[in-house]
Amino acid sequence: MARMRVRQAIAAALADAMREDGSVLLFGEDVAAAEGPFKTSEGLLAEFGPLRVRDTPISEMGFVGAAVGAAAVGMRPVVEIMFMEFLGVALDQLVTEAAKFRYLSNGRVSVPLVVRASIGSGLGFGTQHSQTLENWLTATPGLKVAVPSDAQTAYGLLRAAIRDPDPVAILEPRALYAERGECVTGEEGIVPLGTARVVREGDAVTVVALGQTVRAAVSAAERLGTGVEVIDLSTLVPWDRDTVLASVARTGRLVVVEESPSSGGWGSEVVSAVTAAAFRALQAPPFRITAPDVPVPYNRGLEARFSPSVDEVEYQLKTYLDTGEVPDPWWRREGVAA
Amino acid sequence: MTLVRSNDPERRRAALADPVARYERMYEIRRFEDRVNDLFARGAIHGTTHLCAGQEALDVSLALELRPTDTVSATYRGHGIALALGMTVHSVLAEIMGKADGCTGGVGGSMHLSDPDVGLLPTFAIVGAGLPVAAGAALAYQTRGEDHVAVCVFGDGAANIGAFHEALNLAAVWKLPVVFVCDNNVYAEYSRIDLTTPLSDLHRRAGSYDIPGVPVDGMDVTATRAVLAEAVARARAGEGPTLVEAKTYRFAGHSRADQATYRPAGELERWRERDPLTLARAELLAAGAASEDDLTALEKAVGEDLDAVADAVAALPDPEPAAMFRNVWAAA
Repeated sequence: MARMRVRQAIAAALADAMREDGSVLLFGEDVAAAEGPFKTSEGLLAEFGPLRVRDTPISEMGFVGAAVGAAAVGMRPVVEIMFMEFLGVALDQLVTEAAKFRYLSNGRVSVPLVVRASIGSGLGFGTQHSQTLENWLTATPGLKVAVPSDAQTAYGLLRAAIRDPDPVAILEPRALYAERGECVTGEEGIVPLGTARVVREGDAVTVVALGQTVRAAVSAAERLGTGVEVIDLSTLVPWDRDTVLASVARTGRLVVVEESPSSGGWGSEVVSAVTAAAFRALQAPPFRITAPDVPVPYNRGLEARFSPSVDEVEYQLKTYLDTGEVPDPWWRREGVAA
Repeated sequence: MTLVRSNDPERRRAALADPVARYERMYEIRRFEDRVNDLFARGAIHGTTHLCAGQEALDVSLALELRPTDTVSATYRGHGIALALGMTVHSVLAEIMGKADGCTGGVGGSMHLSDPDVGLLPTFAIVGAGLPVAAGAALAYQTRGEDHVAVCVFGDGAANIGAFHEALNLAAVWKLPVVFVCDNNVYAEYSRIDLTTPLSDLHRRAGSYDIPGVPVDGMDVTATRAVLAEAVARARAGEGPTLVEAKTYRFAGHSRADQATYRPAGELERWRERDPLTLARAELLAAGAASEDDLTALEKAVGEDLDAVADAVAALPDPEPAAMFRNVWAAA
């Protein structure tokens, strides 16, 4: 166990995977000589050389496609998309090619490819560099999607993703890259895809969070005292229904905390599935705390309000636990939007 | 027995060393497409098909110059390439007819053929998508120090999508062992090349990436083979990518829905005078490799064997419902 920043945990995961398996490659914009725009590949070029750690031109469609081809003939490429938005120009390669090759080859062609992309608001990067956009990927059979929330999950999910025989997207909240945490490396540090983690136990309400909303959920839970169980979902596809359902069976209440705009968010899937499977266990209507349906604003204060804040999560949970009713989000309470 | 009835991809592929067998394969592809056209018209094929009649010389040349350990990415107009590389008529036709016995178990269809044993990746139904993927396969070979080659066959329409430029740039800057083969059949779906592209000689685009760009008469199997041989050898020797432009013509419309009424009068007829089968046949006769009677007998036998395989495939069972749930993920 060592204390490290999330970006260091990612570099450690890449280095360990590359040491373990000669077929692991890393490429992307500025990942080699510059060691990554977010310093997530520090030391890798020096240790593994320019054949395995490559700087690409600014051409996501080209290099994500190259990763598909390299994976299809036996390599395990990891490609870095500097900002998730840039994956938009390469979605064909991930969604329609990588995620379909197994199906379209009668199981004979595997694409063990990992796409890492930085996501999320909080650093003042503006509307076109701050979205989470996981819903671009979650309705894609053949593709797995995971989101780390700290150094351990950053290390562990990435190690699992690189070993996975199918394409996996790891969406890294960039606001967390500099965060420090304890991290177990090596085999014990691997976090299996598809497993959620109970971060904090409680018996009054199950709060399902993801990525950087885990911090907000845990902080709000601590302010509220006992009773709030916080689950870090970690993997969106396939998500861990068993852990969530077992928790809701104990608490009787479900709240999902999402960074994305409300419409089309992954939490709708969780609420829908839990409602259908555990309706009788629910003592109050399940609901979601989300960002508003707006682009991410730039101004520091506005951006801080976009993603569910600790204050907002605390308020909503307290009201829900006190009244059994679903509270309005801040923009309705304050009358700034419907 | 003709090669049509062979169920051995390796034998079907190896036979191409013989010039008569090359003609046989070209003829087989032509008859196969005629048969697919007929089955579609009779409602026995679901969805759509994209026929490659007119492009057989390129398909066979490619198979001849590659090893089964090389990788080919091809387009949805891929029946000919699949057959040329050695996939069996049974496997390809069964897939087109959605049968459980097809190469992807009936979940792929005409646009999605594949067989790792002959080096064919799942064919691409997204125009241009195969170019970066081929570059990536080449990247793997380069990284591992292998002398395999990746080839991407794409149409003239694909030369206008970003993937073409990104892949050529990437392959050039990394000096990857890849051959980009543009099958310039004059039409991008329903649109003539001069309506969509400012130059008709697409190989000139190689200049932007400082790689060789080579045109070839794609109706002539011997000429096409020679150009591909050089490009493949260059890639295998670590000298980087080549853009080959095979000048061909699509005898059919874009897909089965397209009667190609947009073609100028006389254009098809002019190209038909240089039908790759006619040229290859004349070359065999001139070289004394076969007699007129030999070839007529061969054509008759190929046709009969194709009919027999097609009848057998038509009688095959459809996939079970469980088939659609397989191969979404690796088995746990």
